[in-house]
Amino acid sequence: MIGFGQPSRRAEFEGAILPHLDAAFSLARFLLRNDQDAEDAVQDASLRAFRFFDSFRGQNSRAWFLRIVRNTAFTALKRARGHEEDVLFDEELHTPENADAGVASRLDQVHDRETVRAAIEQLAPEFREVITLRELEECSYKEIAEIAAVPVGTVMSRLARARAQLAEILSTTYVKEE
Amino acid sequence: MEHEEIKSLIHPYADGELDAANVRLVEAHLQSCPECRSTEISIRSLRTALTNSAPAFRAPASLRNTIRAGLGRETVTERQTSWPSLSLALGTACALLLVGLVIFQANRTSRNSIADQVVADHIRSLLATHLVDIPSSDQHTVKPWFNGKVDFAPEVRDFAAEGFPLVGGRLDYLDGRTVVALVYRRNKHPINLLISPAPGQADASPGALARRGYNLVHWTRGEMNYWAVSDVNSTELQQFAAHFAP
Repeated sequence: MIGFGQPSRRAEFEGAILPHLDAAFSLARFLLRNDQDAEDAVQDASLRAFRFFDSFRGQNSRAWFLRIVRNTAFTALKRARGHEEDVLFDEELHTPENADAGVASRLDQVHDRETVRAAIEQLAPEFREVITLRELEECSYKEIAEIAAVPVGTVMSRLARARAQLAEILSTTYVKEE
Repeated sequence: MEHEEIKSLIHPYADGELDAANVRLVEAHLQSCPECRSTEISIRSLRTALTNSAPAFRAPASLRNTIRAGLGRETVTERQTSWPSLSLALGTACALLLVGLVIFQANRTSRNSIADQVVADHIRSLLATHLVDIPSSDQHTVKPWFNGKVDFAPEVRDFAAEGFPLVGGRLDYLDGRTVVALVYRRNKHPINLLISPAPGQADASPGALARRGYNLVHWTRGEMNYWAVSDVNSTELQQFAAHFAP
């Protein structure tokens, strides 16, 4: 039946958010690097999103929800670091400028899921984020900028460096295992 | 000099983020620059590795239920602060008012409000786990199922080869009448295609719009109205429409 009146706020919320649960969990899992923390973060983020649902104006529910998930996960990351020395994120650090010619051909042979997951987990959080959003969730640069709250130019430079590092890690891991 | 400028465009080029003019610029440069060519190849090889290994995680089944339970507790808290009988009365009054409006303005229902209803149908089909009444990827099974259930014969075609497999069919309601809902899938995303008769209406080519985070494409063909709705991106949904309305 056509509903008389609006669907309930909760039904509308579930319709907007639940289709993106896999994407949300995957992002949180790569950021936090364990199942339980990722589940907790997505659950927290869902409740926060529900409380702020009135502020959602219905443009892009995936980007809106993923932004809340990523903020929750980064807060948890900072809390976990606690008293450890604060590791500042340095985009310039340890980034090979040019991959050597053999890297691409070795990458073409990488098939193992756990190897790739472990390689992504070695990256800095901001790089794990941009790889997950672009390569796994196929978000546009504009969406990534919205989710991570950074300019598109920053998305581009992070993506370039994240890819170079990931290619380097994967190709050396792969050679070691051969 | 050219190399320094274009180097930064290789990633957006490989990601399909450049406009046509810059695409031509990058492609011309790639012909003559081995360094940029090697960057481009390495981006594509990394993508192949990521596609082949599919490292994305999937949410555990229990998470959905945990979240729903959490939302349930939130909703109960909200309700306790309201006055149930008053809200029921208000709800009924609103419903009656709406019925009046629907009857009074039946002929003036705008495309906008139909778009809202299409989205509501789509959301409801996902929530109720009632995506399909007749689950079948066979167009010759789905089409006859609608016989006697609706007073028109919808065109049912499978586009599995084009990346939009038919999942099944369902009866739904739109703009006060029973309509045919065909369900397709694009990767993991369901697409609802709502079909209703449009006697006397001229053909209209597909037009895209967006509502509450969902994309819609609407067209009219052979005196039938078509509404496609999904959370897939607008470009893919328009590709889908193009297959259906060539």
